[in-house]
Amino acid sequence: MSKKQSNYIIKRNQNNYEVVIGLEVHAQILSESKLFSSSPTKFGAEPNTQVSLVDAAFPGMLPVINEFCIKQAVKTGLGLKAKINKRSIFDRKNYFYADLPQGYQISQYKDPIVGEGFVILDLPSGEKTIGIERLHLEQDAGKSIHDVDPQNTLVDLNRSGVALMEIVSKPDLRSPDEVNAYIKKLRSIMRYLGTCDGNMQEGSLRADVNVSVRKIGEKKLGTRCEIKNVNSIKFMQMAIEHEANRQVDVIEEGGSIDQETRLFDTKKNETRSMRSKEDAHDYRYFPDPDLLPLEVSDDFINDIKRSIPELPDEKKKRFIEKFSLSAYEANILVSDIETSKYFEEVIKNSDVKLSTNWITGELFALLNEKNLEITKSPISAKNLSKLVNLIKDGIISGKIAKSVFELMAKGDKNPADIVEEKGLKQQSDPKLLEQLIDKVVSDNQDKVKEYKSGKEKLFGFFVGQAMKASSGKANPQLINDILKKKLK
Amino acid sequence: MSNILDLTLVDLVEKIKKKDLSSKEITKTYIERSEKSKKLNTYITEDFESALKKADNFDNKPNFDKKLPGIPIAVKDLFCTKNIRTTAGSKILENFIPTYESTVTNNLWNEGAILLGKLNCDEFAMGSSNETSFFGNVQSPVGEKIVPGGSSGGSASALAAKLTPTTIGTDTGGSIRQPASFTGTVGLKPTYGSCSRYGIVAFASSLDQAGPMTRDVKDCALLFSVISSYDSKDSTSINFRREDHFKKLNKSIKGKKIGIPKEYRVDGMPKEIEDLWQKGINIAKDAGAEIIDVSLPNTNYALPTYYIVAPAEASSNLARYDGVKYGFRSQGENLIDMYEKTRSEGFGNEVKRRIMIGTYVLSSGYYDAYYLKAQKVRRLIKNDFDDVYKKVDAILTPSTPSSAFKIGEKTNDPVSMYLNDIFTVPINLAGLPAISIPAGHDQKDYPLGLQIIGKAFDEQNILNIAYSLEQEIKFKNKMNDWWL
Repeated sequence: MSKKQSNYIIKRNQNNYEVVIGLEVHAQILSESKLFSSSPTKFGAEPNTQVSLVDAAFPGMLPVINEFCIKQAVKTGLGLKAKINKRSIFDRKNYFYADLPQGYQISQYKDPIVGEGFVILDLPSGEKTIGIERLHLEQDAGKSIHDVDPQNTLVDLNRSGVALMEIVSKPDLRSPDEVNAYIKKLRSIMRYLGTCDGNMQEGSLRADVNVSVRKIGEKKLGTRCEIKNVNSIKFMQMAIEHEANRQVDVIEEGGSIDQETRLFDTKKNETRSMRSKEDAHDYRYFPDPDLLPLEVSDDFINDIKRSIPELPDEKKKRFIEKFSLSAYEANILVSDIETSKYFEEVIKNSDVKLSTNWITGELFALLNEKNLEITKSPISAKNLSKLVNLIKDGIISGKIAKSVFELMAKGDKNPADIVEEKGLKQQSDPKLLEQLIDKVVSDNQDKVKEYKSGKEKLFGFFVGQAMKASSGKANPQLINDILKKKLK
Repeated sequence: MSNILDLTLVDLVEKIKKKDLSSKEITKTYIERSEKSKKLNTYITEDFESALKKADNFDNKPNFDKKLPGIPIAVKDLFCTKNIRTTAGSKILENFIPTYESTVTNNLWNEGAILLGKLNCDEFAMGSSNETSFFGNVQSPVGEKIVPGGSSGGSASALAAKLTPTTIGTDTGGSIRQPASFTGTVGLKPTYGSCSRYGIVAFASSLDQAGPMTRDVKDCALLFSVISSYDSKDSTSINFRREDHFKKLNKSIKGKKIGIPKEYRVDGMPKEIEDLWQKGINIAKDAGAEIIDVSLPNTNYALPTYYIVAPAEASSNLARYDGVKYGFRSQGENLIDMYEKTRSEGFGNEVKRRIMIGTYVLSSGYYDAYYLKAQKVRRLIKNDFDDVYKKVDAILTPSTPSSAFKIGEKTNDPVSMYLNDIFTVPINLAGLPAISIPAGHDQKDYPLGLQIIGKAFDEQNILNIAYSLEQEIKFKNKMNDWWL
């Protein structure tokens, strides 16, 4: 584990506290059907239209493992560089709730399918490794709807039985920013693998956050509180911030932290107690007798291994080594698999450095402004590549390129056609430019005098005048060169 | 008429195929007798009208290639039957009508059988006397106010009283074999994984197994071959090639090694049971079998182990009956109140007792001492059988430690009730097949049964041994139709 000191410290009186955070991330497996039934899993369907007799726990109905979900879990485990357990066991977690039709959730308790692994975070201070404790499979519950009928709670079982991976981290996270980086990295890895779409709005990714605090230098972990079911990174960060400060306050006032489960109130920005350790459910876990222990063979694992694409860490390394990108640039380009695909498409036929700048600069700004995913980019990788080439070949200037880019954004047009149509081709004929510059010089004799007497800042003024005279089309490099000669 | 009632399943199939009898004649005969036999309280739901229609349909377009052509059959009300009420003997499912069919009953209908109705049983198959059913006691044709055994009590009673030519039950700790023994009929508990559990209301998933209940061993072999099948809808169903046990039935047991486990000679076992067992041993010996004394040292722990494992699984399996989705609901102030009222009013006392035991043994702090330990002992019990089966081909024991008792005799003493299953539960814990065949009577002329236990998937062998013993025992039921 990295020994790098976190800069997230809570100061109270003379004491400095660090925050210790562990996450239990619930990631919905990308799969057409549920973990133990063949019902579809499409988000947003009419209530109770994706429910089988098994999902609704009718008498005599039995769970049957969906092999695809097992593959997805193993794949994710391999992506987390984790140990795959060749024998794992499904247990029943017993509790009563209206949206839990069986009266128990099928989960994995003592013998999960995936053991220890790790995730590398790219932080401003450098890399940090976060340990993964385990990954296990479990069923999701249905949804209780309390605000539609004034008298009754309604239940939608579409989600009941949907496959989840619970990914449990070690208590290695030390700040809300690290949590942000961790969730994003996990999501990135799963999206590369195609095992979870990571869509937090649709609830495909949620987390329980374990928070404790301790004085800097203290070896023992403080008593933790678990904040249940937080469904956005922003809320996780707010919840941690509030909870850590609350705990420090309690300790500073001479109190002690009770181990408990808390809820984050997003409106009031505070956590409040849900149940104490004494009231904690006794889930009466025991192996599900309807399911045999799950055994996976080496061949099964190796087949999945072969199907794993290049993951962000490896891709980043390759980008740095092969394309001489900075770590910062590489991080940005690999964080999302679609971005990296776009990048690699652009640079197939274009200059890497220039392409990188245009993608991370203009293109990202455009997508940001329009709130679009890169897959929905109004400018295709092919056309951006052409634009970069027009600049590189001196056909248009960078400045003109920006206006061409804006036109491209309005409809994915070939930039060469735009340049042609609008007559934006760069003026690079030295004779023409010389004439143009001669006129600028003769029109501004007073400024020439000032320049020659030492006011060199005026050089920019001449460049500007020359560019203006060419309606911006003049090749700026040539203008520079000629002007320098003329003003000598 | 009476002739039809006296025919075995195998005979009926024969006569239908020869067109000596029509499905309608047979069905009508059984319906008429069933209607006159309400005193026994064997049926929870009758489906007579529909059965007659199906019989008509069969006769109009008969398919004699089927194994059970046009044969009417009433089944235990633990099997879900499509569009026919399925109660599991419980108030909580009093009005539950499944939209689906269990695999085992589906196998029956696919082979041409016709549903007569659903037979009474202990609530959720929890009981040894059919006294825990919400739908009331079943009386045994053996004698008035006598229990038929349980939990497949309605099935045993209906079969012995000739209200159905044959039937099926389920056996979690003896629920087929004990009532078979009490009513002078044949009952087979197959190897775990042989019959699909899909669509059977679950009691204890790792122990439950459906099986045939029949008049004789031939019928048993025939019916077992029909209901046993691999089913991908049940993850514990085992995929192996199923034999035609009926065709392969062979009464020669010369040279078979039969084990006699000394631990089954329990304290206080009535002499008549002792004598019955000896009679079985002698017959086997005379038929050429080799009798070998064996030991199953952990037998003593089987009953307590069973009464931890089965309630633990049941407490979880029955959590789904919560008033939310289907079945009985009692309105409450809030969700918890609704749960409490629904489950207090919907379940009977024995079911509640087992849910509480099961919840207790799985609780944190008690899990290791009870459930985990029970699982380990279960393994030891299985190992005992594995060891013995290195030396013998099958094991012969009494089916029960006593004959049928009076209704009400043991209701206030659950432990003495549980002791009924002392010879049958070890077999469920080990997942093995065992058959009970009628072998004699006690002083009151109540039937007594012998149990033959086999190796896993070796049903053919125990059927053969049972067949051989049956020839010599020549059991005759001494019923006098007292209820008519």
